[in-house]
Amino acid sequence: MGKKLAITGNQALAEAMRQINPDVCAAYPITPSTEIMQRFASFVSDGVVDTELVTVESEHSAMSACIGASAAGGRVMTATSSQGLALMWEMLHIASGMRLPIAMTLVNRALSAPINIHGDHSDGMGSRDCGWIQLYSENAQEAYDNIFQAVRIAEHEDIRLPAMVCMDGFIISHSIESMEFLPDEVIRDFIGEFKPKYPLLDVDKPVTYGPLVLPDFYIEFKRAQHEAINKAKKVTLEVAREFEKISGRSYGLFEPYRLDDAEIAIVLLNSAAGTAKDVVDDFRNKGIRVGLLKPRLFRPFPYEEIAEALGDAKVICVFDRADSFGGFGPMYMEIASAMMAAGSSPLMVNKIYGLGGRDFMPEDAEAVIKEMTGILDTGKTGTLKEYIGVRE
Amino acid sequence: MKLKGWKELEIGAIIPEAGNAEQYNTGSWRASRPQWIEENCIQCLFCWIYCPDSSVTVKDSKRGEFDYGHCKGCGVCAHECPGKKGKKAIVMVEEGN
Ligand code: SF4
Ligand code: SF4
Repeated sequence: MGKKLAITGNQALAEAMRQINPDVCAAYPITPSTEIMQRFASFVSDGVVDTELVTVESEHSAMSACIGASAAGGRVMTATSSQGLALMWEMLHIASGMRLPIAMTLVNRALSAPINIHGDHSDGMGSRDCGWIQLYSENAQEAYDNIFQAVRIAEHEDIRLPAMVCMDGFIISHSIESMEFLPDEVIRDFIGEFKPKYPLLDVDKPVTYGPLVLPDFYIEFKRAQHEAINKAKKVTLEVAREFEKISGRSYGLFEPYRLDDAEIAIVLLNSAAGTAKDVVDDFRNKGIRVGLLKPRLFRPFPYEEIAEALGDAKVICVFDRADSFGGFGPMYMEIASAMMAAGSSPLMVNKIYGLGGRDFMPEDAEAVIKEMTGILDTGKTGTLKEYIGVRE
Repeated sequence: MKLKGWKELEIGAIIPEAGNAEQYNTGSWRASRPQWIEENCIQCLFCWIYCPDSSVTVKDSKRGEFDYGHCKGCGVCAHECPGKKGKKAIVMVEEGN
């Protein structure tokens, strides 16, 4: 087993990148993910990794350079947050459309305006449709474990798609917690060597990337892309099983917490799920049948599996740390789709919380679960979408 | 020709075969075609240099006929052609005439 250390989320991811030792890393600093690249840049300067570090002038260029390096045949990584991801947006689609298995750490941060540097999921959710595999992480340990698995999933021969690992800005990126590191050689064996499919640098087999594709073929390529990303569900589980063998930690498509026989279910992503688990325990001790579901793989979304896990719940509260103005929160829409497609019709409410890094406290979870017990009793939901902790 | 289905395509629209643009017949877009008037030609090969589609064929350093399968009728060659004594060696003629 590896060593245990007290460390920040960013340090954990920088350490993971050192262990992955990618061929190329092109990045531009942005709070709160800056420290990942800052530490990784020291590894490059100190010669402890073989990575070609490309310091570019913007995130658009960072992703462009990653795309070029990945097409050339390298294992490529980058890190960003918020506006940085937003500036990459155009290139995110190109990375996935060209089927380039780039791995990125996304330290979740709110989008401007107004400008804010703290954690929420508006960046990750905003890139939902960019064709990247998305894995979300509750804490530093999960982010560390997820990034190795993301590399494996992205590079899998049936998939060949970019993947991002998300963790909460500041709440996780800058907080110190105890976590376990795996030995370098164990990681090396786990991720293996990257075998590019069509490396541009293979001059004996010249290939063309990025041709014009007109209406006679475009939709066929997009259909194939959908098929590829959907396969990531199966591969995520296979990779998780292998990862459990080297780490003793087990991962699924999502984490169910005391969900069996739950009448009330709450759905919460990332760090806030940790906060709410304690509150779920308190209610369970009082005999109230409440459980929690923490999604992990958000793209592709495991609709059937999640609907099955939430199957018996009569009331579901979906929390969103991102908003879709004029619509329900992005997680609510997915869970509602999952339940509808499975033919279930639980009472479902949506709570928007924690935008711009507003703390999510145990009392917040407690108040919501109390409200859900009321809905369970009366069968009436009231306003479906509400903002919790917002001042009048 | 039966077009390939989505399961048969190369991933990411990658073209693994070099130089197969030749199989794509861009000549079908043409609205007007260049016509070579050999007696006005001074064999300067400006047309060959300027053609964006490699549609001026050259053999033994002498220009030959246009490759109408790929010439898309942009008119660049006709514009650049110096011709002989003020008489162009390339003129553009509307297709169908
Ligand atoms: S018309 Fe345009 S494409 Fe055709 S031969 Fe002349 S320059 Fe080339
Ligand atoms: S540019 Fe005109 S003169 Fe020169 S080679 Fe071509 S056709 Fe002949």
